[in-house]
Amino acid sequence: MEYEFHWNIVFQKMPELLSGAFVTLHVSVLAMLLGIVIAILLAIAKMNNSKPFCYVATVWVEIARNTPALFQIYMAYFGLGAFGIHLSPYVAVLSALVFINAGYLTETFRGGFQSIPSTQYSASKSLGMTSIQTYRYIILPQMLRRIYHPMTNQFVWSILMSSLGILVGMSELSGTTQRLQSLSFRTLEFFIVAAVMYFIITKLVLFGASLLSRRLFKGEI
Amino acid sequence: MISVQNVHKSFGDLEVLKGVSLDVPNGEVLSVIGGSGSGKSTLLYCINAIETINSGKILVDDVDVHSKDTNKDKLRQKLGMVFQHFNAFPHMTVLENAALAPRIVKKMSKEEAIEIAKKELEHVGLGDKFDVYPTRMSGGQQQRLAIARALAMKPDFMLLDEVTSALDPELVGEVLDTLRLLADEGMTMICVTHEMGFARDVSDRVAYFHQGVIAEIGEAKQVITEPQNPLTQKFLSKVR
Ligand SMILES: Nc1ncnc2c1ncn2[C@@H]1O[C@H](COP(=O)(O)OP(=O)(O)OP(=O)(O)O)[C@@H](O)[C@H]1O
Ligand SMILES: [Mg+2]
Repeated sequence: MEYEFHWNIVFQKMPELLSGAFVTLHVSVLAMLLGIVIAILLAIAKMNNSKPFCYVATVWVEIARNTPALFQIYMAYFGLGAFGIHLSPYVAVLSALVFINAGYLTETFRGGFQSIPSTQYSASKSLGMTSIQTYRYIILPQMLRRIYHPMTNQFVWSILMSSLGILVGMSELSGTTQRLQSLSFRTLEFFIVAAVMYFIITKLVLFGASLLSRRLFKGEI
Repeated sequence: MISVQNVHKSFGDLEVLKGVSLDVPNGEVLSVIGGSGSGKSTLLYCINAIETINSGKILVDDVDVHSKDTNKDKLRQKLGMVFQHFNAFPHMTVLENAALAPRIVKKMSKEEAIEIAKKELEHVGLGDKFDVYPTRMSGGQQQRLAIARALAMKPDFMLLDEVTSALDPELVGEVLDTLRLLADEGMTMICVTHEMGFARDVSDRVAYFHQGVIAEIGEAKQVITEPQNPLTQKFLSKVR
């Protein structure tokens, strides 16, 4: 027996899918921004060798990078729930993504920072630049070029991983798709359309990122 | 004038400068020669306060370099420095490299900074490279850029640390020519160098460093061609 496609129902539900997609973008952007802020702090902590901070940062990075995202989300939703801390699905997924983004980006930032040769510091110092000027004009611009692509990839990864929200009943794109297909039994149609939407979102993000990088980084490195 | 007075400098247990004294009057070109690890670079770093000293004193135009009250960033504006390793700012064009410090350190207007940068780049023969990125240039061009970048700050002194030793042999000449030009214009310079011909012909005096002390210092031709100290003689016979 052949499967008969019925697309009408999917298109009727398009507004709901689109609002799911909006939640997907929303949670990913937020997870990225918070992840960046925390990663900057963790990277500084790791590089400063100040014992307690360095220890916290190392544990954070190791857990985030070496356990599945699924596990992080379960821990945030059910794990904390067992201790009486009930997060909404949105907040649970957001916290898990922030946790992982921060872990990965810490290493990205640390690597970017350490890849700037020390001769760049002595060169700018010898020209009479203050430390702040050295970072502002010499170190950070070079670092930003080196971490830009890893950061873009991390963002795309966040968008795709937020689909695990389906497991805790979050109404982002996957969760919404799941609910709509179970009501209509048009499983394949809904998931195909959702997949296409993910594809379009990530392609748009990558396209935007490459446009931006051409405006930001005129020099080569 | 740069005046180095009985300077001692250690890295941990390793004493690198063991009581160095040296006066470089304005307009003089002093070449510093000596074996690897004898402390030549360290001396330059101490003069512009990139490194601290353990004891002694360094005066640049009567300003005590290592005094707590000295504004080191301000002091370094007087001391142009060029290093052995290429260190152009790779994210900026040649012109931006040379115009940056005049603009942000000396607070010149953008137009003024660019004018000075262009002038100094032309000075070292890079007048056709303003919009090129330094990574696209040869080592010799990158070193000349480093010289122009330092000159754009209008320093009173230039400290040059083996600026030709990372270069392919055929590129050494163009950089030495640039230094010769500066010497002729009366720039006060301390050049750490392995180029004995340059030391002999271009500098007024030569100092030979041996294990953290100045073993011999004197008129350039005399030190290079008729060294008095047996250590200098031995060193020169090896590098020839
Ligand atoms: N930042 C540092 N920390 C520890 N030791 C250092 C440091 N900088 C230099 N040294 C040591 O100090 C000694 C003198 O170094 P310096 O660079 O002044 O020698 P040099 O005369 O310039 O030699 P070369 O001709 O090889 O450049 C060397 O033994 C070097 O290993
Ligand atoms: Mg050296």
